[in-house]
Amino acid sequence: MSRASFSQRRNPAPTAIPTNRWPASLWNQNGLRWLVFAVVIGGFLILQSAWAEQRFPPPDFQSGHVLPTTTTPSARALVWQYVDVAVLMIALALASWFALKLRSRKAMIGLSLFSLAYFGFYREGCICAIGAPQNVALALFDSTYTLPATALAFFLLPLVTALFYGRSFCAGVCPHGAIQDLVLIKPVTVPRWLEQALGIVPYAFLGLGLLFAATGSGFLICRWDPFVPIFRLSGHLTILLTGAAFLVTALFVGRPYCRFLCPYGALLKLASQVSRWRVRITPDHCTQCKLCEKACPFGAIRAPAPPPPPATELRAERNRFLILLVLLPGLILLGGWAGSKFAMAAAGINPEVNLAERHLAAQAAESLPPLSKPDQQALARAQRTESELLPAALAVRRRLGFGGWILGGLFGGFLGARLMGFSLWVRRTDWEPDAGDCVACARCFRSCPQELLRLGLTPPELPHASPAPSGEPPPG
Amino acid sequence: MKPEHNTPPAVTRRDFLRAGLRGAAIAGLGGVAGLVAGRSTAEHLVWQLDPQQCTRCGLCATSCVLEQSAVKCVHTYAMCGYCELCTGYFEPDPIDLNTGAENQVCPTGAIIRKFVEDPYYEYTIDETLCIGCAKCVDGCQRFGNGSLYLQVRHDRCVNCNDCAIARVCPADAFRRVPASQPYLLKQTH
Ligand code: SF4
Ligand code: SF4
Ligand code: SF4
Ligand code: SF4
Repeated sequence: MSRASFSQRRNPAPTAIPTNRWPASLWNQNGLRWLVFAVVIGGFLILQSAWAEQRFPPPDFQSGHVLPTTTTPSARALVWQYVDVAVLMIALALASWFALKLRSRKAMIGLSLFSLAYFGFYREGCICAIGAPQNVALALFDSTYTLPATALAFFLLPLVTALFYGRSFCAGVCPHGAIQDLVLIKPVTVPRWLEQALGIVPYAFLGLGLLFAATGSGFLICRWDPFVPIFRLSGHLTILLTGAAFLVTALFVGRPYCRFLCPYGALLKLASQVSRWRVRITPDHCTQCKLCEKACPFGAIRAPAPPPPPATELRAERNRFLILLVLLPGLILLGGWAGSKFAMAAAGINPEVNLAERHLAAQAAESLPPLSKPDQQALARAQRTESELLPAALAVRRRLGFGGWILGGLFGGFLGARLMGFSLWVRRTDWEPDAGDCVACARCFRSCPQELLRLGLTPPELPHASPAPSGEPPPG
Repeated sequence: MKPEHNTPPAVTRRDFLRAGLRGAAIAGLGGVAGLVAGRSTAEHLVWQLDPQQCTRCGLCATSCVLEQSAVKCVHTYAMCGYCELCTGYFEPDPIDLNTGAENQVCPTGAIIRKFVEDPYYEYTIDETLCIGCAKCVDGCQRFGNGSLYLQVRHDRCVNCNDCAIARVCPADAFRRVPASQPYLLKQTH
């Protein structure tokens, strides 16, 4: 077939050379030189056995020469993987303590610097929690993949912490968060509507990452991570430039990746919305002085909301809510449809589908004799046959489409729920950080005069307010 | 949540709801962990390429995320014929059988050719120079014993979660292997 090799055509000793590993480069210019070369040594080949890899039997040295051994530098020892997990646990505990109990931004900066140095520049961004959901998804759906216990730990620990103490991981453990947080010099306020709109991107990215990981198509979240190449100080130009762009943006817009892209942050946001304890701006009670209003560079501080007006005045809200409720199944369907369409369109990311697509394209454009185009060789290179590949690729496409329906539907439902949330009246008596949006960076504490009082620093002329009884448990 | 600051906060309906959701989330995470626990390993996994599958395409040299690819040429000496005219070392049609750069296949001169005894020469790889381009591997595989081949070197590889070479390798030669046995070396038979 099309893989008929160079040796079979021109070489006097066809059996001497394996016929299944001859790429197309034979027929480029280099190939001509090889041809001459092959003729030169062809004579030797005739004398050799049919077994390719012993064409020239290894010599018996008279001089007693000792063969060198092939070196095998080992991978990073397993114990260090466990050290990583231990460091993660300690850092998570410290970050929770700094944010909720010690209430110290300085300590948090110290921890961030450490995490940036350790998880960022020393561990070079791998292993990291942001990519870990993909490993878990792959393990769930592909029985041939064994999930390293460390990856599972990196997936679970920050999430469990978030369920109890909020986004401590983001506050001082995540190197991606730390690098953005530490370069922030002059935060601008992102308009609330834009923040809300861009805030749904991470969920879409998460869905995409999980879908492609679960179908064994690759880890897109890792592939498009803008900071890991910076930690490694090496990478392809586009991704390095993207990283640089994110960093420059982070000078003026607080944590752009965290707020508008990070898929793990999306999970943490959901988890911390139901967290047991959460960050509060004031150590004891809010005097409604509004001094903290602008303190959060990530737009997480929410103003108090008055109690809802009597139900009769909420007509418009109620109607909007009901309309959305009726539309919700439609939104879910629409999301599912769009998701599956998108997943099918992007199916070429999967190597199997990609190979099949290239193969079919090459077949369709068939006009030259076989072996002439590198693309047509793809199948031979992958050592697959067409009858193997096409059904496999179709199966992957089907799984992607199905997964697209599920995740797209979830996304549609999520979108609907968010929209409905706008019509809900959430009563808030104090100035508080939003449980989901707050990354627990501890910046806003010192803008509160009550906090200054607690610390024994003179507040800027504030009359009343009694000092807090110390040693209060973290506010719930 | 509670308008009165000084009274201990009672359990509001929202707190109750949150506690319920939290419980559900913990159960969900526990469920996921339980499902994958059976498929998880205490070991770490690293990337390696199977030399039997490699088609010497050259992408290893250019696709690694590292400036200097983590993939290098290695040599199973016991398989080597110690040929004077090494097809992994010399260009086809070399001007002379000496170490002149114009005669060499290797673009970086990473192969060291050392005389052992007549007529045998030993070829070793200087890994600081090797870029993993597989040119020598190609020559050795086609016309020699195939004792030169590529491997991911784990003193260099940073073990990306999504290996950048694995995703472009046309021969699907990359796979995850246990970190305790991180090489797929060619053996003599
Ligand atoms: S949002 Fe994502 S990138 Fe930002 S700190 Fe949290 S986990 Fe890290
Ligand atoms: S990318 Fe694959 S086929 Fe190409 S040289 Fe590397 S291992 Fe070999
Ligand atoms: S030819 Fe390429 S793979 Fe072989 S030693 Fe030189 S740089 Fe390394
Ligand atoms: S895992 Fe990363 S560093 Fe290692 S060979 Fe692949 S791309 Fe290169």
